[in-house]
Amino acid sequence: MSETTTTNTTRGQLTAINDDYTARYGFHDPEDYFLKAPKGLNHEVVEMISRKKNEPDWMRAVRHAALDTFRAKPMPRWGDNESLDSIDFENIHYYIKPKGEQATDWNDVPDQIKKTFDRLGIPEAERKFLAGVTAQYESEVVYHSIREDLTKLGVIFMDMDSALREHPEIVRKWFGKIIPTGDNKFSALNTAVWSGGSFIYVPKGVKVDIPLQAYFRINAENMGQFERTLIIADEDSSVHYIEGCTAPTYSSDSLHSAVVELVAMDRAHIRYTTIQNWSVNVYNLVTKRAHAYTDSVVEWVDGNLGSKLTMKYPAIVLKGERAHGEVLSIAFAGHGQHQDAGAKMTHAAPNTTSRIISKSISKDDGRSSYRGLVRVNRGATGCKTSVECDALLIGENAISDTYPTMDVAESDVRVEHEARVSKVGEEQLFYLQSRGLDPDKARLMIVNGFIEPFVKELPMEYAVELNRLIELEMEGSVG
Amino acid sequence: MSDALLNPANPANVFACRNLHVFVKDGDQEKEIVRGVDLTVQRGQKHALMGPNGSGKSTLAAALMGHPSYRVEGEIWLNGERVDALEPHERARRGMFLSFQYPVAVPGVTVANFLRASLAARRGTEIPVRAFRQELNEAFATMGIDPSFITRYLNDGFSGGEKKKLEILQMLLLKPAFSLLDETDSGLDIDALKVVSDGINQASGPDNGLLLVTHYQRILNHVQPDVVHVFMSGRLVRTGGMELVTALEERGYDWLTDEAAVAEGSRT
Repeated sequence: MSETTTTNTTRGQLTAINDDYTARYGFHDPEDYFLKAPKGLNHEVVEMISRKKNEPDWMRAVRHAALDTFRAKPMPRWGDNESLDSIDFENIHYYIKPKGEQATDWNDVPDQIKKTFDRLGIPEAERKFLAGVTAQYESEVVYHSIREDLTKLGVIFMDMDSALREHPEIVRKWFGKIIPTGDNKFSALNTAVWSGGSFIYVPKGVKVDIPLQAYFRINAENMGQFERTLIIADEDSSVHYIEGCTAPTYSSDSLHSAVVELVAMDRAHIRYTTIQNWSVNVYNLVTKRAHAYTDSVVEWVDGNLGSKLTMKYPAIVLKGERAHGEVLSIAFAGHGQHQDAGAKMTHAAPNTTSRIISKSISKDDGRSSYRGLVRVNRGATGCKTSVECDALLIGENAISDTYPTMDVAESDVRVEHEARVSKVGEEQLFYLQSRGLDPDKARLMIVNGFIEPFVKELPMEYAVELNRLIELEMEGSVG
Repeated sequence: MSDALLNPANPANVFACRNLHVFVKDGDQEKEIVRGVDLTVQRGQKHALMGPNGSGKSTLAAALMGHPSYRVEGEIWLNGERVDALEPHERARRGMFLSFQYPVAVPGVTVANFLRASLAARRGTEIPVRAFRQELNEAFATMGIDPSFITRYLNDGFSGGEKKKLEILQMLLLKPAFSLLDETDSGLDIDALKVVSDGINQASGPDNGLLLVTHYQRILNHVQPDVVHVFMSGRLVRTGGMELVTALEERGYDWLTDEAAVAEGSRT
C-alpha cells in the first residue's frame, strides 16, 4: 500500500506538475451573494447575524457578551506579535451568506459553488470513501449529506446552525462548555460572530467506521470565516471526522478563526483530522479542545500547510481515569509563512496517558514553531506522557523554534521528551544522488520520509493528496 | 600496460583518473588528501585499493563519486567520457556506483520505493511494478535478505551486515559499469562476508570494472582482484597482484611507509 502511495510522489512529477496553489485552489468565483455584511465588527453586525439566523435569545445574548469579551481581552503577547498586530479587524466581512438554500442533493447547490467544489474534488471524495459530507462556503454550509444507515442509528451530522434549531437542548448543554467564551481573544471573537461549522452526535455504542468530512472554502476577499464545531461521542461510540480548508489567493488578508469542541464520553473514541491548506493571505487562529472521559481516546491529527500565520494548539483534557490523548501534527512553513502550532495536554485524572508528536518543515524564510504544554494536575497519579518534536530545515534561512512546557504536580509520572532539529542532510542527499536521483527528487524523498509517520495515519486518499501538496511546496526549492 | 590502454578514452577502459588531487576544507585552509593519483581500470577487471587507516582511501572513493565536501583537480573518466564536472546523480546514471562504508539512514523512505526510484533513474525509464517485484525478489534471495525488508525504512535500524548486503543488492540491481566499494568488508562476520563477496562476483562481468577499497586481505580471498594498489598518504605507492596482498599480510604497511618516505624525499 505504502509503495503505491509514495510511487506517486517519486515518479518525476516534480516537473510534470507545474500548476501551483493559485491555479489549483487560489481561484475565486465572482461575488454573488444573498447577503454580505459590511466590513467591520460591532454589535450591529452581531445582532444582524443572530437575527438573520433566527436564533433563540440565549444565543444572541452569548454573542453580544462575547463581543464585549473580545474587545476587553488584550492580544496574546507570547506568539508572533508583529503578525498578529497587523490584523485589521475593521477590514473584514464578518458574515457572508451565499445565494440558495442548504442542499442535501448535490444538484441543488448553486452552479457556481457546485463548480468550485467539483474543482476541489469534494463530491468525488464523498462518493468514494465518506459516510457524510458538509461543505461550507463563506459563512454558511451549502451542502450536507449523511448516509441513511447512520441516520437510522441515530447519528446526527449537520451544520451547527441547523443543530441549534433542531437539537437546541444538546447544543445549549455543550456550547462553550469545553472552550468558554473568554478562553482567549479569538475564542471570544468566534463566539460573537460564529456561523456554520459541524455538529456531530454519535449515540451510545455506535461506531461510525468511515470518516465524516467537512470542507471549508473562503471565496471573498477580506472574508472572515468563523465556523463552530461541536462533536459529542457518547459512551462506547467512535467517530472519525476530517476537515479540509482552502481559499483564493488575494493580496489582502482574510481571517479564519474557528472554535472546535469535542466530548468523548466513557470509552468513546474520536479522531479529528485536519488538512489545512489556506492561501498565504489567511490568518488561521483556531482554538481546539477535547474533554476525554474514562477510558476514552481522543486523537487530533493536524496538518498545517498553508496560511500566513497559523496559531493552533489542539488541546485534550484527560478528565477520566485511563483516558488517552494524542496529538500528531505536521506543519509546513514556506516563504513568508509562520506556523505556530503545538499541543496542550492536561492530565486531570489518574493513570491517563498522552503522546504528542510534532513534525515541522521550514523552507526558504518560513518559520515553524512548536509550542506545547503538558500539565499533570495534583492527584493525577500514574500518568505517562511523551513529547516528540522533529524539525526539518530546508535552506539557510529557514527557522524552527520550540517552546515546550512541562508542568507536573505529581511525582510518579513518566515523562519523555525529545526534540530534534535537522537539516536535509548533505549525507542523505549524497547517498540518494549517488543512486541517480536528482537533488530535487532526493530532497522530496527525504521530506516525504520525514512526514511519513503522519501521512500513514491519514486515509489513503488524503495521504496521496498530502504527498502531492508537499511536492508542490517543494518545487524549485533551493537546498 | 600498452600505451594505447593508457589512453583513458580507450573503449577497453571502463574507468580512469589522471593526476587526481582531492582537497578538503580545513578551517580557512584547504588540506590535500589525495595527492596525484593515476589509475586505469579495464573492462572485466577487479582492482583492490589497500592502505592503512587514515590514508585517504574513503575520501578518494567519495570524491570520485562527486561528494560535495571535496574539491577535485584532475580528470575522472567513465566509459570514455570525462565525468569530473558532473553531479553525483549524473555520474550514477552513467554507470558509476559507490557502495558506502557507512550507508546513511533515510527514515520514512521504504527500501522498495528507494530502489524503484533508483532503478528508474539509472535506466531512464519506469519499471512496471510486476517486473520490479520479480527483480527485487531475485536480488533479495541472492543476498539472503528477508523479503520483509522491502517495507523497512532505508538503512534505518539496520545492522552493519544488513546495510552492506543492501549496498551490494543495489549493485546487483543497478548493474553499474564501474563500482567503488568502500570497505564493504568492514563489520561483516564470516557468513556475511561470503554472501557479500558472492554478490560482488555475481555483479562483476567482462564489461564492467570495480575498485574495492579495503585494508584487510579477507575479502580479497573471495573477490580475487586482478590488480592490487597500495595507497598511502594520498598516493599509490605500489601496484601489483595478489602477491602484494600476501606481503602486506605478512609484513604490514611499515616497509612501504619507509619506501613511500623515500619516494617523497626523492620528489621534493
